[in-house]
Amino acid sequence: MHPRGDSVPQPPGDPVVVDADALAALFLALGGRGYTVVGPTVRDGAIVLAELASAAELPFGWGAETGAGRYRLRERSDTAAFGHSAGPQSWKSVLHPARARLWSADRAAGRVTAGEAAAPPRYALLGVRPCDMRAIGILDQVLTGGRQADPVYRGRRDGAFVVAVECTEPGATCFCASMGCGPGVESGFDLAMTELADAAGHRFVVRAGTPAGADVLADVPSRAADEAVIRRAGAAVDEAASRMGRGMPADGLADLLAGSRESPHWDDVAARCLTCGNCTMVCPTCFCTTTEDVTDLSGEHAERWRVWDSCYSLDFSYLHGGSVRTSGQSRYRQWISHKLSTWHDQFGSSGCVGCGRCIAWCPAGIDITQEVAALAGLRDAEKAAQEKAAQQKGQER
Amino acid sequence: MTGQRTATATLADPAPAVPCLYRVASRREDTSDTVTVELADPDVPVPAFAPGQFAMLTALGVGEVPVSVSGLGDGGGGRARRLEHTLRAVGAVTRALCAVQPGGLIGVRGPFGAGWDVPSAAGRDLVIVAGGIGLAPLRPVVLTALAHRSRYGRIVLLAGARTPADLLYAGDLDPWRRAGVEVAVTVDRAERGWSGEVGLVTALISPAGLAPGNSVAFVCGPDIMMRVTADALAALGIPADRIRVSLERNMRCGAAWCGHCQLGPLLLCRDGPVVGYDRAAALMRVREL
Repeated sequence: MHPRGDSVPQPPGDPVVVDADALAALFLALGGRGYTVVGPTVRDGAIVLAELASAAELPFGWGAETGAGRYRLRERSDTAAFGHSAGPQSWKSVLHPARARLWSADRAAGRVTAGEAAAPPRYALLGVRPCDMRAIGILDQVLTGGRQADPVYRGRRDGAFVVAVECTEPGATCFCASMGCGPGVESGFDLAMTELADAAGHRFVVRAGTPAGADVLADVPSRAADEAVIRRAGAAVDEAASRMGRGMPADGLADLLAGSRESPHWDDVAARCLTCGNCTMVCPTCFCTTTEDVTDLSGEHAERWRVWDSCYSLDFSYLHGGSVRTSGQSRYRQWISHKLSTWHDQFGSSGCVGCGRCIAWCPAGIDITQEVAALAGLRDAEKAAQEKAAQQKGQER
Repeated sequence: MTGQRTATATLADPAPAVPCLYRVASRREDTSDTVTVELADPDVPVPAFAPGQFAMLTALGVGEVPVSVSGLGDGGGGRARRLEHTLRAVGAVTRALCAVQPGGLIGVRGPFGAGWDVPSAAGRDLVIVAGGIGLAPLRPVVLTALAHRSRYGRIVLLAGARTPADLLYAGDLDPWRRAGVEVAVTVDRAERGWSGEVGLVTALISPAGLAPGNSVAFVCGPDIMMRVTADALAALGIPADRIRVSLERNMRCGAAWCGHCQLGPLLLCRDGPVVGYDRAAALMRVREL
């Protein structure tokens, strides 16, 4: 288990420069330590996260063009492997799998057996963007920060090796800077890399965040990083912060949503929202699950599976007699209010990291930043009207 | 090897995603659709459940539902602890659970959630208001108060049911009266032979002559019944933070991992199911929250 979150000690060792060619050695070093590498690769017209056998599968030279309801691959003018913003998947697919068997039982034996393998898989997460680093931190809090830790997540998380890659290429739907989640990364990683692909060559500035990270890095050919290259990497990240396509108001989101439960704006969103649940599937922090109990034909063998669920489904709030949230209004309100407001009450932070996935993968192009702006506008207008009314009342007296 | 989790499940998994299998030790049909079962196992001790806490009960191969405990379970007389639940058959899982006969297996996870916290009401009158199956989670409140009778003032139980035949624990009521519980009962629809009250449970509040300044209220029933009752008790002068309601939402895990039981800022499996009306009132007023 690697320390994570804010408790991570300062990096053992100075930053080094690793050439892109040496990524092959990184794969070997990770494979040699028993890790299965999961990272970005091009598949089906998108950059997806998949188990990678070699560095050659990384999306060298590919970028992504995103917008509301839009995602397209585009060829880059350089060979950058991480010059793309978030794709349709996030790391919850790896750490909090969409399907997991919780247990199986045999009636005759009167016995229930835990369903996860004794040794959970050990993954090296390669190319975790700062927004997604924060998302993993949030999942840590939700799934392991309570009285009882989720056994599936805990097993996978504790065994994971995290290679963060700072963001130098934000997309049009990105707003991590305004959520305080990027584009740089300070902690929580075993290794952190910043990619530079320019006239001086394709290379990475790499820092180790843990002893385990330093151990892996020692097996990868590298050279000391000089002041100039460190400054250049830092500038690339700083510059990314100024190129975010979208933004969220800095303060008051939680209060805005808590105060908007009866807002007329939900009717407006519901007229567009298909309640398809895409936003919850692509969101890197949406963690909700349901269970499915199954039996074999004899009825003697039973299993329980846990599967991702979405607060947009009618079944989600089903109680004997009917569902609590039947309208589209109430289901969109639940999702955005949870993300931006009640998450604070429940888990002590926002549930949004500004990755922009929900905007890109919404078939109706609903944009969380615009809905917030609309809610804020309505609230301000109402406040102004009330003040005006109070003023007039005062004058009449 | 009856009803044991494997060693790996017990040791590696303190978070009980995996149910223990218990045998149905006794089964009593309370009404046409309601059954009370006691669960026990000779090998695995039954954990202690506080009044108001709940278990996730599994009908193998069918599914799992949250159900509050309806008894204290400590049997007395050196008998091993039992887990008592009252189940109403309203869906596939509860129908299957109700059908399990003595000796049959039911999966149990728990205890989960925040309970009624009866001891904190010491020195005060207890006002217990139940609607229908809502009497089940309140029964341990009555039993706890009777077990420590001198710690509490008056014990007032106001119970409503659809019809006289739907009234739960009819056999308990007279012994409770004799033990000093002031019991009042009303039904929505009377039947031949019913000479008691007819109407909403809220109609029983005024005749009870409560002392609002020194009362703690415990309310359980359908959402709308709890709202109307809690509002009536608050109007009488019982402070909202001394009115406790037991809320219900869809639950899949019991451990705050699945996200289903949200009511605004609350995760009811963790922050509830028993919640002070000072927190619950505003949330219960929002439609479809």
